[in-house]
Amino acid sequence: MSYLIRNVSVLGGDPTDLVVRDGLIGGTPTGDEEVIDGTGLIALPGLVDLHTHLREPGREDAETVLTGSRAAALGGFTAVCAMANTTPVADTAGVVEQVWRLGREAGLVDVQPIGAVTVGLAGEQLAELGAMAESAARVRVFSDDGMCVHDPRLMRRALEYVKAFDGVIAQHAEEPRLTQGAQMHEGEVSARLGLTGWPSVAEEAIIARDVLLAEHTGARLHVCHVSTAGSVDIIRQAKARGVRVTAEVTPHHLLLTDEKAGGYDPVYKVNPPLRTQSDVDALRQGLTDGVIDIVATDHAPHAGHDKDCEWAYARPGMLGLETALGIVFSVLGPDWELIADRMSRTPARIAGLAEHGHTPADGAPATFTLFDPQARITVDPGALASLSSNTPYAGMELPGRVVATFLRGVRTAFDGKASQ
Amino acid sequence: MIKHLLSAADLDAPTATLIHDIAAEMATVAGREVKKLPTLRGRTVVNLFYEDSTRTRTSFEVAAKRLSADVVNFSAKGSSVEKGESLKDTAWTLQAMGADAVVIRHPASGAPNRLVNWVHGSVLNAGDGTHEHPTQALLDTYTMRSRLGTVAGLNVAIVGDVLHSRVARSNALLLHTLGAKVTLVGPPTLVPPVFETLTPDVRVGYDIDAVLPEADVVMMLRVQKERMNAAFFPSWHEYSRRYGLDAARVRRLPDHAIVMHPGPMNRGVEIAPDVADSPRSTIVEQVANGVSVRMACLYLLLGGRS
Repeated sequence: MSYLIRNVSVLGGDPTDLVVRDGLIGGTPTGDEEVIDGTGLIALPGLVDLHTHLREPGREDAETVLTGSRAAALGGFTAVCAMANTTPVADTAGVVEQVWRLGREAGLVDVQPIGAVTVGLAGEQLAELGAMAESAARVRVFSDDGMCVHDPRLMRRALEYVKAFDGVIAQHAEEPRLTQGAQMHEGEVSARLGLTGWPSVAEEAIIARDVLLAEHTGARLHVCHVSTAGSVDIIRQAKARGVRVTAEVTPHHLLLTDEKAGGYDPVYKVNPPLRTQSDVDALRQGLTDGVIDIVATDHAPHAGHDKDCEWAYARPGMLGLETALGIVFSVLGPDWELIADRMSRTPARIAGLAEHGHTPADGAPATFTLFDPQARITVDPGALASLSSNTPYAGMELPGRVVATFLRGVRTAFDGKASQ
Repeated sequence: MIKHLLSAADLDAPTATLIHDIAAEMATVAGREVKKLPTLRGRTVVNLFYEDSTRTRTSFEVAAKRLSADVVNFSAKGSSVEKGESLKDTAWTLQAMGADAVVIRHPASGAPNRLVNWVHGSVLNAGDGTHEHPTQALLDTYTMRSRLGTVAGLNVAIVGDVLHSRVARSNALLLHTLGAKVTLVGPPTLVPPVFETLTPDVRVGYDIDAVLPEADVVMMLRVQKERMNAAFFPSWHEYSRRYGLDAARVRRLPDHAIVMHPGPMNRGVEIAPDVADSPRSTIVEQVANGVSVRMACLYLLLGGRS
C-alpha cells in the first residue's frame, strides 16, 4: 500500500505532500496511492517510548504485547521498550527473545525488550547481560525497574560490564530503606491522609550516588521517571561535569500532583509517586532545558481488581501510551522540534534504535506520526485500546489527537483504530 | 445533613456542636432502667471490623442497640475476608443484605473513602489505618466540654506518636473547627514539622515540659513497640522519660487541667499508673461518652432520613 499525504506540515514547516512507498518517504505520486488529507496536521518522527510495561509474559489479564502495541500505535508510537518485570522476569536471552518475537508478530510497533540487570530483579546477582545483548532481541537497555539496583557494588559492576556492548543501565532510583511501606509522596498531603510517605530524598540519594558511579566508571547511566526538583538539580550538575547520564520524565509527573491522592482512589497511585507543584514546575523546566532528555510513559496497565481496592493494597502504576503526546503537547506547546527531540530522536538514540527518530522527509524511513493539534479529545477509560483502564485522565480533555501512525510504510493506526 | 462520617474535617462547628448536644440527651438514656430508644427500629447497622477492637466495636454495638437498630457484627477474622474476598465484594454483599449504615474499622488509611463508592448506606469511619478516627475526636471534645464547660479557647496538648495516630489527626482537625488551640508534642521523628500544615494554627513542639503549664487538656497517645524497632525512638525507657506523663509532670499543669487517653494505655510508658487513675484523668468517662456520642452520630446520619 502506498499513501499520498497532502498538505501536511512536517514539524511545523510549510505544508507539503508526502509520498509513502516501499517503507520509505519520497518519490512522485503515481495515482495509485491512498490519499490522506493532511491539512492542519503535523508530521512527527514516530514516537519512541523508552519505558513501557507490556505485562506479557505473566499478566496477560492486564495487557499483552498485542494490546499494548495497539495502544502504542494509537498514541503515535512506532517503538516501545518493554520493561523486564514480567513473570518470568526478562533476565535471560530466552525471555527477551520471546517478547521480541511477540512484538514482531503483532507488527504494530517495534517492541524492543529491556533486560533485567539482576536475576529475578532480586538485586543480588547480575543477569546474563551479554547473552541478552547477543540474542535476537539485541538488548542494549538493562533495568530492574520496579526495583532499584540498590547495592552500590552491584550497580558499579553493572555499569562497567555493559560498556563492552554499549549498553546502558536504566535505574529505578529508590533507596529501599527509605521507602519501606511507602504509599505516596511524603509531604503535607501524606501527613493529612495518614499514608506512609515516600520522601524525595529516597530518589535523590540514589541518583546522586549513581551519577558518581557513572562518572567513576565512564559508563552510561539512564535515570528512569525522575520525579523531584532535587533530582533535576543533581542531574543538571552531573551533566555540567560531563557525566554520561540521561534522564526521563513521565507525562503524569509533568501534569499531576500528590493532591490527587486526596480521595484515596488508587488510580493515582504510582511509583515514584505524584509529587508537588514545585516538583512539576522543575520537571517541566528541566524537560525544556534538556536536563531531562526525554519523556517516557511508564505505561503500567493493571487489572481492575488490582486498583479497585484500598489504596495501600493497590498496585502502583498508570496507563500512559494513548495520552502521552497530548499531555506533552499541552506542556511544551507547539514546539514540534522539541517534542520530536524529547519523544522520538533522543529516546531512539538512547535505546540504539537506528531506524527510529528520523524526520519524515524524502529518503527517510516512513516511520512517523500524524498529529492534529487543533482537535481535542476527552479521555474515556473504556475506549482505550489497552486491556486495562487505569488511566488517571478519565474525563479530562486533552489537546490534540493522533490521526495516523506509520511504521516502515505500514499504517499501524488511523482515525482511532489500530490496523489489527 | 451529612450522610457519611469519614473525617473530622467533614464536620463544621454547628454540626459538631449538634452532635454534642444530642449526645448529652442520649447520655440520659444510660441512666434509665430501660436503656433503649425506638429511633432506629427496623434499620440495620453493620459493624465491619478488619482490626480487632473490642472497645470501639462494643461501643458502636451498644450505641446502635440503644437506638433499637438491628446490629450485624462482621469481623474480618473467620470470615470470607480470610478467604481473600476484596473490600468491594464484601461491600456488595452487605449492600445486598440491606445495610443502612456500615461502621468500618480498617488497617488501611482511606478504606472508608473507598467503601462509599460501593454501598448505598451511610459509612462511619471507626478508625482507618493511620488516618482518622472521627468519633473518637467527637467523644474527646464532648468530654472536654463536659469537664471544662467549653472547647473554644482551650489549649490542648496532644503528646506522642502523632505520625501514626488517627486519634491525633481527627482531634487536631475537630479542635481547630471548634476554636481550640492544639500543640502536637513528641520526638521529631514522630511529630514532623509538616504537621503544622494540618490546620492554620496547630503548633509542633518537642518539649513536653514547656507545653504543660499552658495546657488545659493534655491528651496522651498510645505508643507502639514496633516504632522503636523502626528507629523512631531508642528505647521504652528513654521515650517514657522524655515524653511520658508522670506525677511530676502533672504538677506542672494548671489546677483545672484534665488528662485524656484514648486507650488502650501502656501504663508506665506514655502514662504513669497514678496519673491514669487520678481525678484529673477522664479515661473512664471517655469510654462512657463514646457510647452517647456514637448514638448521636448514628441518630444524625440515619434518623434524619427515615
